[in-house]
Amino acid sequence: MTAVPVGRKERAAKRAAGGPGRASDKTKAERKLAYMLCAPAVVAMLLVTVYPILYAIVLSVQKIDLRFPEESEFVGLDNYVAVFTSELFRIDLFNTVLITVVSVAIELVLGMALALVMHKALFGRGLVRTAILVPYGIVTVVAAFAWFFAFDPSSGFVNSLPLIADDKAWFGDRANAFAVIILAEVWKTTPFMALLLLAGLATIDDGLYEAAKVDGANAVQRFLRITLPLLKPALLVALLFRTLDAFRVFDSIFVMTRGSQDTESLSILGFNQLISRLNLGLGSAVSVVLFVLVLLIAFVFVRGFGTATPGTQGATN
Amino acid sequence: MLWTAGIVAVVFYAMIPVVWLISLSLKTPATVGDKKFVPQDLTLENYTTLFEGGFDSPLLRPLITSVAIAIIATTIAVTLASFTAYAIARLDFPGKALILAGALAIAMFPPISVVGPLFDMWRTLGLYDTYPGLIIPYLTFALPLAIYTLVAFFREIPWELEQAAQVDGATPWQAFTKIILPLAAPGVFTAAILVFIFAWNDFVFAATLTSSDSSRTVPAAMAFFQGESQFTAPTGNIAAAAVLVTIPIIIFVLIFQRRIVAGLTAGAVKG
Repeated sequence: MTAVPVGRKERAAKRAAGGPGRASDKTKAERKLAYMLCAPAVVAMLLVTVYPILYAIVLSVQKIDLRFPEESEFVGLDNYVAVFTSELFRIDLFNTVLITVVSVAIELVLGMALALVMHKALFGRGLVRTAILVPYGIVTVVAAFAWFFAFDPSSGFVNSLPLIADDKAWFGDRANAFAVIILAEVWKTTPFMALLLLAGLATIDDGLYEAAKVDGANAVQRFLRITLPLLKPALLVALLFRTLDAFRVFDSIFVMTRGSQDTESLSILGFNQLISRLNLGLGSAVSVVLFVLVLLIAFVFVRGFGTATPGTQGATN
Repeated sequence: MLWTAGIVAVVFYAMIPVVWLISLSLKTPATVGDKKFVPQDLTLENYTTLFEGGFDSPLLRPLITSVAIAIIATTIAVTLASFTAYAIARLDFPGKALILAGALAIAMFPPISVVGPLFDMWRTLGLYDTYPGLIIPYLTFALPLAIYTLVAFFREIPWELEQAAQVDGATPWQAFTKIILPLAAPGVFTAAILVFIFAWNDFVFAATLTSSDSSRTVPAAMAFFQGESQFTAPTGNIAAAAVLVTIPIIIFVLIFQRRIVAGLTAGAVKG
Protein backbone atom coordinates (compact mmCIF):
# COMPACT_ATOMS: atom_id res chain seq x y z
CA MET A 1 0.00 0.00 0.00
CA THR A 2 1.50 3.37 -0.98
CA ALA A 3 -0.08 5.73 1.47
CA VAL A 4 1.90 8.91 1.26
CA PRO A 5 2.63 9.65 -2.44
CA VAL A 6 -1.03 10.02 -3.42
CA GLY A 7 -1.64 12.97 -1.13
CA ARG A 8 1.69 14.54 -1.94
CA LYS A 9 1.19 14.32 -5.69
CA GLU A 10 -2.25 15.82 -5.36
CA ARG A 11 -0.93 18.70 -3.37
CA ALA A 12 2.00 19.25 -5.71
CA ALA A 13 -0.36 19.28 -8.66
CA LYS A 14 -2.63 21.70 -6.85
CA ARG A 15 0.27 24.02 -6.17
CA ALA A 16 1.48 23.85 -9.77
CA ALA A 17 -1.98 24.63 -11.08
CA GLY A 18 -3.01 27.38 -8.73
CA GLY A 19 0.23 28.90 -7.50
CA PRO A 20 0.42 30.57 -4.11
CA GLY A 21 -1.17 33.83 -5.23
CA ARG A 22 -4.20 32.42 -7.06
CA ALA A 23 -5.55 29.82 -4.67
CA SER A 24 -8.47 27.90 -6.13
CA ASP A 25 -11.79 27.74 -4.33
CA LYS A 26 -11.04 24.22 -3.16
CA THR A 27 -7.71 25.30 -1.69
CA LYS A 28 -9.38 28.25 0.02
CA ALA A 29 -12.05 26.01 1.53
CA GLU A 30 -9.36 23.57 2.69
CA ARG A 31 -7.40 26.36 4.35
CA LYS A 32 -10.51 27.72 6.03
CA LEU A 33 -11.33 24.28 7.41
CA ALA A 34 -7.73 23.84 8.60
CA TYR A 35 -7.73 27.15 10.47
CA MET A 36 -11.08 26.37 12.05
CA LEU A 37 -9.76 23.00 13.22
CA CYS A 38 -6.55 24.48 14.62
CA ALA A 39 -8.03 27.58 16.23
CA PRO A 40 -9.31 26.10 19.52
CA ALA A 41 -6.03 24.37 20.37
CA VAL A 42 -3.93 27.37 19.33
CA VAL A 43 -6.05 29.74 21.42
CA ALA A 44 -5.89 27.38 24.43
CA MET A 45 -2.11 27.13 24.14
CA LEU A 46 -1.55 30.89 23.79
CA LEU A 47 -3.98 31.88 26.54
CA VAL A 48 -2.03 30.20 29.33
CA THR A 49 1.50 30.82 28.03
CA VAL A 50 1.94 33.93 25.88
CA TYR A 51 -0.54 36.13 27.73
CA PRO A 52 0.76 35.23 31.23
CA ILE A 53 4.41 35.60 30.23
CA LEU A 54 3.66 39.08 28.85
CA TYR A 55 1.77 39.80 32.06
CA ALA A 56 4.77 38.49 34.04
CA ILE A 57 6.98 41.02 32.21
CA VAL A 58 4.53 43.80 33.14
CA LEU A 59 4.48 42.65 36.78
CA SER A 60 8.27 42.37 36.89
CA VAL A 61 8.82 46.10 36.34
CA GLN A 62 6.55 47.01 39.23
CA LYS A 63 6.80 46.88 42.95
CA ILE A 64 3.84 44.63 43.76
CA ASP A 65 3.53 42.91 47.09
CA LEU A 66 0.07 41.45 47.62
CA ARG A 67 0.46 41.94 51.37
CA PHE A 68 0.79 45.70 50.76
CA PRO A 69 -1.24 46.27 47.59
CA GLU A 70 -1.60 50.03 48.12
CA GLU A 71 2.18 50.48 47.80
CA SER A 72 2.33 49.23 44.17
CA GLU A 73 4.37 51.39 41.80
CA PHE A 74 6.43 51.27 38.61
CA VAL A 75 10.09 50.62 39.45
CA GLY A 76 11.65 49.92 36.05
CA LEU A 77 14.40 47.32 36.19
CA ASP A 78 14.86 47.49 39.99
CA ASN A 79 13.49 43.96 40.47
CA TYR A 80 15.94 42.57 37.91
CA VAL A 81 18.81 44.42 39.58
CA ALA A 82 17.69 42.96 42.90
CA VAL A 83 17.58 39.45 41.39
CA PHE A 84 20.96 39.61 39.68
CA THR A 85 22.77 41.15 42.64
CA SER A 86 21.34 38.74 45.19
CA GLU A 87 23.53 36.00 46.58
CA LEU A 88 20.51 33.66 46.68
CA PHE A 89 19.91 33.94 42.93
CA ARG A 90 23.54 33.06 42.19
CA ILE A 91 23.39 30.05 44.53
CA ASP A 92 20.09 28.88 43.03
CA LEU A 93 21.33 29.32 39.46
CA PHE A 94 24.43 27.29 40.34
CA ASN A 95 22.28 24.59 41.99
CA THR A 96 19.93 24.39 39.00
CA VAL A 97 22.81 24.11 36.52
CA LEU A 98 24.55 21.53 38.73
CA ILE A 99 21.45 19.33 39.06
CA THR A 100 20.74 19.64 35.32
CA VAL A 101 24.27 18.82 34.14
CA VAL A 102 24.94 15.97 36.57
CA SER A 103 21.56 14.27 36.26
CA VAL A 104 21.37 14.57 32.46
CA ALA A 105 24.94 13.24 32.12
CA ILE A 106 24.19 10.20 34.30
CA GLU A 107 20.86 9.63 32.53
CA LEU A 108 22.59 9.74 29.15
CA VAL A 109 25.10 7.03 30.09
CA LEU A 110 22.55 4.84 31.91
CA GLY A 111 19.88 5.43 29.29
CA MET A 112 22.26 4.52 26.48
CA ALA A 113 23.28 1.31 28.26
CA LEU A 114 19.66 0.42 28.87
CA ALA A 115 18.71 1.18 25.25
CA LEU A 116 21.56 -0.97 23.90
CA VAL A 117 20.57 -3.86 26.18
CA MET A 118 16.91 -3.62 25.14
CA HIS A 119 17.88 -3.31 21.47
CA LYS A 120 20.00 -6.46 21.58
CA ALA A 121 17.85 -8.45 24.00
CA LEU A 122 16.47 -11.64 22.49
CA PHE A 123 14.05 -12.27 25.32
CA GLY A 124 12.63 -10.31 28.24
CA ARG A 125 12.33 -7.09 26.24
CA GLY A 126 8.66 -6.74 27.15
CA LEU A 127 9.40 -7.26 30.83
CA VAL A 128 12.19 -4.68 30.83
CA ARG A 129 9.99 -2.22 28.95
CA THR A 130 7.14 -2.67 31.42
CA ALA A 131 9.52 -2.30 34.36
CA ILE A 132 11.12 0.93 33.17
CA LEU A 133 7.76 2.50 32.38
CA VAL A 134 6.98 2.44 36.10
CA PRO A 135 9.50 5.19 36.95
CA TYR A 136 8.37 7.14 33.87
CA GLY A 137 4.70 7.00 34.82
CA ILE A 138 4.96 7.41 38.57
CA VAL A 139 4.01 10.79 40.03
CA THR A 140 7.18 12.83 40.62
CA VAL A 141 6.05 13.80 44.11
CA VAL A 142 5.50 10.11 44.95
CA ALA A 143 8.96 9.17 43.69
CA ALA A 144 10.44 12.01 45.70
CA PHE A 145 8.68 10.81 48.86
CA ALA A 146 9.83 7.22 48.23
CA TRP A 147 13.47 8.28 48.04
CA PHE A 148 13.08 10.79 50.87
CA PHE A 149 11.70 8.10 53.20
CA ALA A 150 14.37 5.66 52.03
CA PHE A 151 17.18 8.04 53.05
CA ASP A 152 15.44 9.70 56.00
CA PRO A 153 17.51 8.84 59.10
CA SER A 154 14.40 8.26 61.23
CA SER A 155 12.68 5.71 58.99
CA GLY A 156 14.81 4.90 55.96
CA PHE A 157 16.23 1.48 55.14
CA VAL A 158 19.32 2.99 53.49
CA ASN A 159 21.02 3.75 56.82
CA SER A 160 20.57 0.15 57.91
CA LEU A 161 22.55 -1.06 54.89
CA PRO A 162 26.14 -2.19 55.46
CA LEU A 163 28.92 0.42 55.09
CA ILE A 164 26.52 3.30 55.81
CA ALA A 165 26.52 4.99 59.21
CA ASP A 166 23.32 4.33 61.17
CA ASP A 167 22.70 7.98 61.87
CA LYS A 168 23.92 9.54 58.61
CA ALA A 169 21.85 12.70 58.08
CA TRP A 170 21.40 12.70 54.30
CA PHE A 171 19.43 15.93 54.27
CA GLY A 172 21.65 17.65 56.82
CA ASP A 173 24.22 18.94 54.36
CA ARG A 174 24.24 20.25 50.83
CA ALA A 175 26.34 17.57 49.08
CA ASN A 176 24.38 14.60 50.45
CA ALA A 177 21.03 16.29 49.89
CA PHE A 178 22.00 16.94 46.27
CA ALA A 179 23.08 13.32 45.88
CA VAL A 180 19.62 12.09 46.91
CA ILE A 181 17.78 14.74 44.83
CA ILE A 182 19.83 13.81 41.75
CA LEU A 183 19.30 10.10 42.41
CA ALA A 184 15.51 10.67 42.46
CA GLU A 185 15.65 12.67 39.22
CA VAL A 186 17.86 10.11 37.48
CA TRP A 187 15.72 7.19 38.64
CA LYS A 188 12.55 8.78 37.30
CA THR A 189 13.75 10.07 33.95
CA THR A 190 16.37 7.58 32.72
CA PRO A 191 13.59 5.41 31.18
CA PHE A 192 12.43 8.31 29.02
CA MET A 193 15.98 8.80 27.74
CA ALA A 194 16.35 5.04 27.16
CA LEU A 195 13.09 4.77 25.20
CA LEU A 196 13.93 7.71 22.92
CA LEU A 197 17.40 6.26 22.27
CA LEU A 198 15.93 2.80 21.68
CA ALA A 199 13.59 4.25 19.05
CA GLY A 200 16.62 5.92 17.47
CA LEU A 201 18.57 2.63 17.47
CA ALA A 202 15.68 0.91 15.69
CA THR A 203 16.07 3.27 12.72
CA ILE A 204 19.70 2.18 12.09
CA ASP A 205 20.11 -0.35 9.28
CA ASP A 206 21.57 -3.62 10.60
CA GLY A 207 23.37 -4.10 7.28
CA LEU A 208 25.78 -1.34 8.23
CA TYR A 209 26.99 -3.36 11.23
CA GLU A 210 27.36 -6.50 9.10
CA ALA A 211 29.40 -4.58 6.54
CA ALA A 212 31.58 -3.05 9.27
CA LYS A 213 32.12 -6.50 10.80
CA VAL A 214 33.20 -7.86 7.41
CA ASP A 215 35.65 -4.95 7.16
CA GLY A 216 37.09 -5.93 10.55
CA ALA A 217 35.66 -3.18 12.79
CA ASN A 218 35.44 -4.17 16.46
CA ALA A 219 32.47 -3.49 18.73
CA VAL A 220 33.87 -0.20 20.06
CA GLN A 221 34.62 1.06 16.55
CA ARG A 222 31.15 0.05 15.38
CA PHE A 223 29.58 1.95 18.29
CA LEU A 224 31.69 5.09 17.75
CA ARG A 225 31.62 5.15 13.93
CA ILE A 226 28.11 3.84 13.19
CA THR A 227 25.83 3.96 16.22
CA LEU A 228 26.77 7.36 17.62
CA PRO A 229 26.72 9.38 14.37
CA LEU A 230 23.45 7.82 13.21
CA LEU A 231 21.92 8.18 16.67
CA LYS A 232 22.87 11.86 16.86
CA PRO A 233 19.44 13.27 15.88
CA ALA A 234 17.56 11.12 18.43
CA LEU A 235 20.27 11.76 21.01
CA LEU A 236 20.07 15.53 20.66
CA VAL A 237 16.28 15.57 20.87
CA ALA A 238 16.40 13.42 24.02
CA LEU A 239 19.09 15.67 25.52
CA LEU A 240 17.15 18.83 24.67
CA PHE A 241 13.95 17.55 26.27
CA ARG A 242 15.67 16.26 29.38
CA THR A 243 17.89 19.32 29.84
CA LEU A 244 14.94 21.69 29.75
CA ASP A 245 12.95 19.38 31.99
CA ALA A 246 15.75 19.09 34.54
CA PHE A 247 16.25 22.86 34.46
CA ARG A 248 12.70 23.29 35.78
CA VAL A 249 13.34 20.92 38.73
CA PHE A 250 10.84 21.67 41.49
CA ASP A 251 8.88 18.69 42.85
CA SER A 252 11.78 16.61 44.23
CA ILE A 253 13.42 19.55 46.00
CA PHE A 254 10.10 20.78 47.38
CA VAL A 255 9.39 17.37 48.90
CA MET A 256 12.87 16.57 50.18
CA THR A 257 14.38 19.80 51.51
CA ARG A 258 12.06 22.69 50.56
CA GLY A 259 15.31 24.35 49.58
CA SER A 260 17.06 24.13 52.96
CA GLN A 261 20.84 23.47 53.15
CA ASP A 262 21.23 25.74 50.10
CA THR A 263 19.53 23.26 47.79
CA GLU A 264 17.05 25.72 46.26
CA SER A 265 16.52 25.64 42.49
CA LEU A 266 15.37 28.62 40.41
CA SER A 267 11.83 27.21 40.26
CA ILE A 268 11.74 26.96 44.07
CA LEU A 269 13.03 30.54 44.30
CA GLY A 270 10.23 31.72 42.00
CA PHE A 271 7.65 29.76 44.00
CA ASN A 272 8.87 31.20 47.31
CA GLN A 273 8.75 34.79 46.05
CA LEU A 274 5.42 34.44 44.28
CA ILE A 275 3.35 32.17 46.46
CA SER A 276 4.93 32.11 49.92
CA ARG A 277 5.91 35.79 50.11
CA LEU A 278 3.27 37.06 47.63
CA ASN A 279 5.92 39.35 46.15
CA LEU A 280 4.58 39.35 42.60
CA GLY A 281 7.04 41.94 41.28
CA LEU A 282 10.24 40.24 42.39
CA GLY A 283 8.83 36.75 41.77
CA SER A 284 7.82 37.70 38.23
CA ALA A 285 11.34 38.98 37.57
CA VAL A 286 12.65 35.54 38.62
CA SER A 287 10.02 33.91 36.34
CA VAL A 288 11.06 36.03 33.36
CA VAL A 289 14.76 35.30 33.95
CA LEU A 290 14.02 31.56 34.13
CA PHE A 291 11.99 31.80 30.91
CA VAL A 292 14.84 33.60 29.11
CA LEU A 293 17.36 31.00 30.34
CA VAL A 294 15.15 28.18 28.98
CA LEU A 295 14.91 30.02 25.64
CA LEU A 296 18.71 30.34 25.59
CA ILE A 297 19.22 26.61 26.24
CA ALA A 298 16.74 25.71 23.48
CA PHE A 299 18.45 28.18 21.12
CA VAL A 300 21.90 26.70 21.83
CA PHE A 301 20.60 23.17 21.15
CA VAL A 302 18.78 24.06 17.94
CA ARG A 303 21.32 26.50 16.44
CA GLY A 304 24.54 25.43 18.13
CA PHE A 305 24.24 21.65 17.97
CA GLY A 306 21.82 21.55 15.02
CA THR A 307 19.13 19.67 16.91
CA ALA A 308 16.36 18.93 14.43
CA THR A 309 13.26 19.75 16.43
CA PRO A 310 10.64 17.06 16.03
CA GLY A 311 8.10 17.78 13.33
CA THR A 312 10.16 20.26 11.36
CA GLN A 313 11.18 17.82 8.64
CA GLY A 314 7.67 16.44 8.26
CA ALA A 315 5.87 19.77 8.41
CA THR A 316 7.39 21.18 5.26
CA ASN A 317 6.11 18.55 2.86
CA MET B 1 22.89 -15.89 32.33
CA LEU B 2 24.17 -12.35 31.73
CA TRP B 3 20.85 -11.35 30.12
CA THR B 4 18.88 -12.77 33.02
CA ALA B 5 21.07 -10.88 35.50
CA GLY B 6 20.59 -7.70 33.46
CA ILE B 7 16.83 -8.11 33.33
CA VAL B 8 16.67 -8.80 37.07
CA ALA B 9 18.80 -5.70 37.71
CA VAL B 10 16.50 -3.47 35.63
CA VAL B 11 13.33 -4.80 37.29
CA PHE B 12 15.01 -4.33 40.67
CA TYR B 13 15.98 -0.75 39.75
CA ALA B 14 12.46 0.13 38.65
CA MET B 15 10.56 -1.49 41.48
CA ILE B 16 12.61 -0.74 44.63
CA PRO B 17 10.97 2.61 45.49
CA VAL B 18 7.50 1.21 44.78
CA VAL B 19 8.04 -1.87 46.94
CA TRP B 20 9.53 0.35 49.64
CA LEU B 21 6.44 2.57 49.65
CA ILE B 22 4.14 -0.46 49.89
CA SER B 23 6.26 -1.77 52.78
CA LEU B 24 6.14 1.59 54.61
CA SER B 25 2.39 1.92 54.06
CA LEU B 26 1.79 -1.44 55.77
CA LYS B 27 3.92 -0.72 58.84
CA THR B 28 2.31 0.01 62.20
CA PRO B 29 3.01 3.38 63.87
CA ALA B 30 5.30 1.53 66.30
CA THR B 31 7.45 -0.03 63.57
CA VAL B 32 7.41 2.74 60.95
CA GLY B 33 10.77 3.91 62.28
CA ASP B 34 12.40 0.47 62.38
CA LYS B 35 14.35 1.12 59.15
CA LYS B 36 13.60 -2.41 57.92
CA PHE B 37 12.84 -2.93 54.23
CA VAL B 38 10.32 -5.68 55.03
CA PRO B 39 7.52 -4.76 57.45
CA GLN B 40 7.44 -6.81 60.67
CA ASP B 41 3.85 -6.11 61.77
CA LEU B 42 1.27 -5.62 59.04
CA THR B 43 -1.64 -3.17 59.27
CA LEU B 44 -4.05 -1.41 56.92
CA GLU B 45 -4.50 1.42 59.40
CA ASN B 46 -2.53 3.87 57.25
CA TYR B 47 -5.05 3.37 54.45
CA THR B 48 -8.22 3.46 56.54
CA THR B 49 -7.28 6.70 58.34
CA LEU B 50 -6.91 8.40 54.95
CA PHE B 51 -10.63 7.92 54.36
CA GLU B 52 -11.97 8.34 57.91
CA GLY B 53 -14.61 11.03 58.00
CA GLY B 54 -15.72 10.71 54.38
CA PHE B 55 -15.47 14.03 52.55
CA ASP B 56 -13.58 15.61 55.44
CA SER B 57 -10.98 12.84 55.32
CA PRO B 58 -7.47 13.67 54.17
CA LEU B 59 -7.62 11.78 50.88
CA LEU B 60 -11.16 11.21 49.55
CA ARG B 61 -11.71 14.68 48.10
CA PRO B 62 -8.20 15.01 46.61
CA LEU B 63 -8.57 11.57 45.04
CA ILE B 64 -11.92 12.50 43.45
CA THR B 65 -10.41 15.83 42.33
CA SER B 66 -7.37 14.13 40.78
CA VAL B 67 -9.50 11.65 38.83
CA ALA B 68 -12.07 14.23 37.71
CA ILE B 69 -9.55 16.86 36.66
CA ALA B 70 -7.32 14.38 34.83
CA ILE B 71 -10.27 12.90 32.92
CA ILE B 72 -11.79 16.28 31.99
CA ALA B 73 -8.43 17.75 30.93
CA THR B 74 -7.63 14.58 28.92
CA THR B 75 -10.98 14.59 27.13
CA ILE B 76 -10.78 18.24 26.11
CA ALA B 77 -7.07 18.11 25.21
CA VAL B 78 -7.41 15.01 23.03
CA THR B 79 -10.52 16.38 21.29
CA LEU B 80 -8.89 19.72 20.44
CA ALA B 81 -5.60 18.03 19.53
CA SER B 82 -7.42 15.61 17.19
CA PHE B 83 -8.86 18.54 15.21
CA THR B 84 -5.46 20.17 14.97
CA ALA B 85 -3.59 16.96 14.16
CA TYR B 86 -6.12 16.07 11.45
CA ALA B 87 -5.60 19.48 9.83
CA ILE B 88 -1.80 19.16 10.03
CA ALA B 89 -1.65 15.57 8.77
CA ARG B 90 -4.32 15.82 6.11
CA LEU B 91 -4.93 19.38 4.91
CA ASP B 92 -2.74 21.78 3.01
CA PHE B 93 -2.44 25.19 4.58
CA PRO B 94 0.26 27.74 5.38
CA GLY B 95 1.28 27.99 9.03
CA LYS B 96 1.55 24.24 9.68
CA ALA B 97 5.22 24.46 10.65
CA LEU B 98 4.48 27.48 12.83
CA ILE B 99 1.81 25.60 14.81
CA LEU B 100 4.14 22.62 15.35
CA ALA B 101 7.04 24.89 16.36
CA GLY B 102 4.76 26.83 18.71
CA ALA B 103 3.50 23.63 20.30
CA LEU B 104 7.07 22.47 20.79
CA ALA B 105 7.98 25.80 22.42
CA ILE B 106 5.08 25.38 24.84
CA ALA B 107 6.19 21.84 25.67
CA MET B 108 9.49 23.32 26.83
CA PHE B 109 7.94 26.24 28.70
CA PRO B 110 8.83 26.46 32.43
CA PRO B 111 5.48 26.30 34.30
CA ILE B 112 6.85 28.33 37.21
CA SER B 113 7.19 31.27 34.81
CA VAL B 114 3.42 31.52 34.43
CA VAL B 115 2.14 30.54 37.88
CA GLY B 116 2.64 34.08 39.25
CA PRO B 117 0.51 35.77 36.60
CA LEU B 118 -1.99 32.88 36.65
CA PHE B 119 -2.24 33.13 40.45
CA ASP B 120 -3.10 36.84 40.09
CA MET B 121 -5.42 36.36 37.06
CA TRP B 122 -7.26 33.41 38.61
CA ARG B 123 -7.90 35.36 41.82
CA THR B 124 -9.39 38.21 39.78
CA LEU B 125 -11.48 35.86 37.62
CA GLY B 126 -12.62 33.67 40.52
CA LEU B 127 -10.79 30.62 39.12
CA TYR B 128 -8.30 30.35 41.99
CA ASP B 129 -8.79 27.10 43.97
CA THR B 130 -11.35 25.69 41.48
CA TYR B 131 -11.40 22.73 39.06
CA PRO B 132 -11.31 24.91 35.91
CA GLY B 133 -8.38 26.79 37.43
CA LEU B 134 -6.32 23.60 37.15
CA ILE B 135 -7.97 22.10 34.06
CA ILE B 136 -7.07 25.12 31.91
CA PRO B 137 -3.29 25.02 32.51
CA TYR B 138 -3.25 21.19 32.24
CA LEU B 139 -5.02 21.50 28.91
CA THR B 140 -2.49 24.03 27.65
CA PHE B 141 0.58 22.06 28.65
CA ALA B 142 -0.85 18.72 27.52
CA LEU B 143 -1.89 19.93 24.06
CA PRO B 144 1.63 19.90 22.53
CA LEU B 145 2.15 16.30 23.69
CA ALA B 146 -1.25 15.27 22.30
CA ILE B 147 -0.78 17.12 19.01
CA TYR B 148 2.66 15.61 18.35
CA THR B 149 1.51 12.10 19.18
CA LEU B 150 -1.63 12.38 17.05
CA VAL B 151 0.11 13.97 14.05
CA ALA B 152 2.59 11.08 14.03
CA PHE B 153 -0.24 8.53 14.16
CA PHE B 154 -2.53 10.33 11.67
CA ARG B 155 0.28 10.55 9.09
CA GLU B 156 0.38 6.74 9.03
CA ILE B 157 -3.33 6.34 8.27
CA PRO B 158 -4.03 5.34 4.63
CA TRP B 159 -6.60 8.09 4.09
CA GLU B 160 -7.30 7.11 0.46
CA LEU B 161 -9.25 4.15 1.87
CA GLU B 162 -11.93 6.68 2.76
CA GLN B 163 -12.33 7.67 -0.89
CA ALA B 164 -12.15 4.03 -1.96
CA ALA B 165 -15.03 3.20 0.38
CA GLN B 166 -17.06 6.07 -1.03
CA VAL B 167 -16.37 4.88 -4.58
CA ASP B 168 -17.68 1.51 -3.46
CA GLY B 169 -20.94 3.15 -2.39
CA ALA B 170 -20.39 4.06 1.28
CA THR B 171 -21.71 7.42 2.48
CA PRO B 172 -19.11 9.90 3.80
CA TRP B 173 -20.38 9.18 7.34
CA GLN B 174 -20.05 5.40 6.84
CA ALA B 175 -16.59 5.86 5.34
CA PHE B 176 -15.57 7.91 8.36
CA THR B 177 -17.07 5.69 11.07
CA LYS B 178 -16.30 2.31 9.48
CA ILE B 179 -12.88 3.02 7.97
CA ILE B 180 -11.18 6.07 9.47
CA LEU B 181 -12.38 5.91 13.06
CA PRO B 182 -11.10 2.37 13.72
CA LEU B 183 -7.75 3.32 12.17
CA ALA B 184 -7.47 6.54 14.19
CA ALA B 185 -8.71 5.15 17.51
CA PRO B 186 -5.40 3.60 18.68
CA GLY B 187 -3.56 6.90 18.19
CA VAL B 188 -6.26 8.88 19.98
CA PHE B 189 -6.24 6.38 22.80
CA THR B 190 -2.45 6.54 23.11
CA ALA B 191 -2.54 10.34 23.25
CA ALA B 192 -5.21 10.10 25.95
CA ILE B 193 -3.05 7.81 28.12
CA LEU B 194 -0.04 10.15 27.86
CA VAL B 195 -2.13 13.23 28.64
CA PHE B 196 -3.77 11.49 31.60
CA ILE B 197 -0.35 10.56 33.04
CA PHE B 198 0.77 14.16 32.56
CA ALA B 199 -2.25 15.65 34.36
CA TRP B 200 -2.11 12.98 37.10
CA ASN B 201 1.56 13.84 37.70
CA ASP B 202 1.43 17.64 37.96
CA PHE B 203 2.51 19.28 41.18
CA VAL B 204 3.57 22.87 40.32
CA PHE B 205 0.11 24.10 39.28
CA ALA B 206 -1.69 22.08 41.95
CA ALA B 207 0.57 23.52 44.65
CA THR B 208 0.27 27.13 43.49
CA LEU B 209 -3.26 27.53 42.13
CA THR B 210 -5.16 25.80 44.94
CA SER B 211 -5.36 26.52 48.64
CA SER B 212 -7.82 24.00 50.09
CA ASP B 213 -8.96 20.41 49.76
CA SER B 214 -11.92 21.56 47.65
CA SER B 215 -9.71 21.47 44.54
CA ARG B 216 -6.36 20.09 45.67
CA THR B 217 -5.15 17.05 43.73
CA VAL B 218 -3.46 14.11 45.49
CA PRO B 219 0.18 15.15 44.85
CA ALA B 220 -0.48 18.58 46.39
CA ALA B 221 -2.56 17.16 49.25
CA MET B 222 0.24 14.68 50.06
CA ALA B 223 2.86 17.40 50.21
CA PHE B 224 0.70 19.33 52.69
CA PHE B 225 -0.42 16.38 54.88
CA GLN B 226 -0.29 17.15 58.58
CA GLY B 227 0.68 14.67 61.25
CA GLU B 228 -1.57 14.07 64.27
CA SER B 229 0.66 16.38 66.24
CA GLN B 230 3.46 18.55 64.93
CA PHE B 231 5.99 16.04 66.25
CA THR B 232 4.68 13.00 64.40
CA ALA B 233 5.44 12.94 60.71
CA PRO B 234 2.60 11.19 58.85
CA THR B 235 5.04 8.87 57.07
CA GLY B 236 2.70 5.86 56.94
CA ASN B 237 -0.21 7.93 55.62
CA ILE B 238 1.87 9.62 52.95
CA ALA B 239 3.20 6.20 51.89
CA ALA B 240 -0.35 4.81 51.72
CA ALA B 241 -1.56 7.78 49.62
CA ALA B 242 1.51 7.37 47.40
CA VAL B 243 0.68 3.70 46.82
CA LEU B 244 -2.92 4.56 45.94
CA VAL B 245 -1.99 7.14 43.27
CA THR B 246 0.59 4.75 41.85
CA ILE B 247 -1.90 1.90 41.29
CA PRO B 248 -3.59 3.45 38.19
CA ILE B 249 -0.17 4.15 36.68
CA ILE B 250 0.96 0.54 37.20
CA ILE B 251 -2.28 -0.74 35.65
CA PHE B 252 -1.83 1.57 32.64
CA VAL B 253 1.75 0.45 32.21
CA LEU B 254 0.89 -3.24 32.44
CA ILE B 255 -1.97 -3.05 29.93
CA PHE B 256 -0.80 -0.36 27.52
CA GLN B 257 3.01 -0.53 27.59
CA ARG B 258 3.32 -0.92 23.80
CA ARG B 259 1.06 2.07 23.17
CA ILE B 260 2.81 4.25 25.74
CA VAL B 261 6.21 3.52 24.21
CA ALA B 262 4.88 4.08 20.68
CA GLY B 263 3.28 7.36 21.71
CA LEU B 264 6.30 8.64 23.62
CA THR B 265 8.68 8.04 20.76
CA ALA B 266 6.36 8.69 17.80
CA GLY B 267 6.45 12.45 18.02
CA ALA B 268 10.11 12.76 18.91
CA VAL B 269 11.80 10.38 16.50
CA LYS B 270 9.63 10.08 13.41
CA GLY B 271 9.16 13.84 13.24
